[in-house]
Amino acid sequence: MIIDILSWVCLFAGGMLGIVGGIGIHRFPDFYSRLHAAGITDTLCAMLILFGLGLQAGFTLAAFKLALIFVFLFFTSPTASHALANAALHSGLKPKLVMNGRGVGS
Amino acid sequence: MFIAVSLAILITMGLALARALTGPTTYDRIAAVNMFGTKTVLLIAVLAFLSGRTDLLDIALVYALINFIGVVAALKLVTQKNFHSSGEKERKVE
Repeated sequence: MIIDILSWVCLFAGGMLGIVGGIGIHRFPDFYSRLHAAGITDTLCAMLILFGLGLQAGFTLAAFKLALIFVFLFFTSPTASHALANAALHSGLKPKLVMNGRGVGS
Repeated sequence: MFIAVSLAILITMGLALARALTGPTTYDRIAAVNMFGTKTVLLIAVLAFLSGRTDLLDIALVYALINFIGVVAALKLVTQKNFHSSGEKERKVE
């Protein structure tokens, strides 16, 4: 029972975090802020949802597969975000800066 | 309960797809597609538990691998315009 409640809390927190990340990538004004929203929420959302599913599964093969998916996502998601930011910066895309209400830079 | 979580993931995928369709730069589109792929992995995992067939987790595992390779390959194609050159300046062949 306790495990069920913990699992649902994890799953709902993960879903909410996913929606927050989606709103962030849809409404933020700049590429880097969009990448910030997507990159931060992606890893924690995946972690919470996979942990909730793992609590539902118990000690089975499915839980091991979920742990494997989590390890892959945990290493590849920040790497992909870093590669994206690096490529955008090297291609000359400038962050949009706002100072005293006026746009500075592009 | 699994249905609510899968609906939340579907809403997120819709928002990411809207950004991928309207993104001003190519990097916006690649970031949105990366997020879309991660959410697809999570959706497959939730659907595996929703339908009670945990064999689908293998597909989610393969999708997680292919997503990363695809994003890095798309980035290399965008930044260097081809697949055959290394990151450094090419030497002249005598």
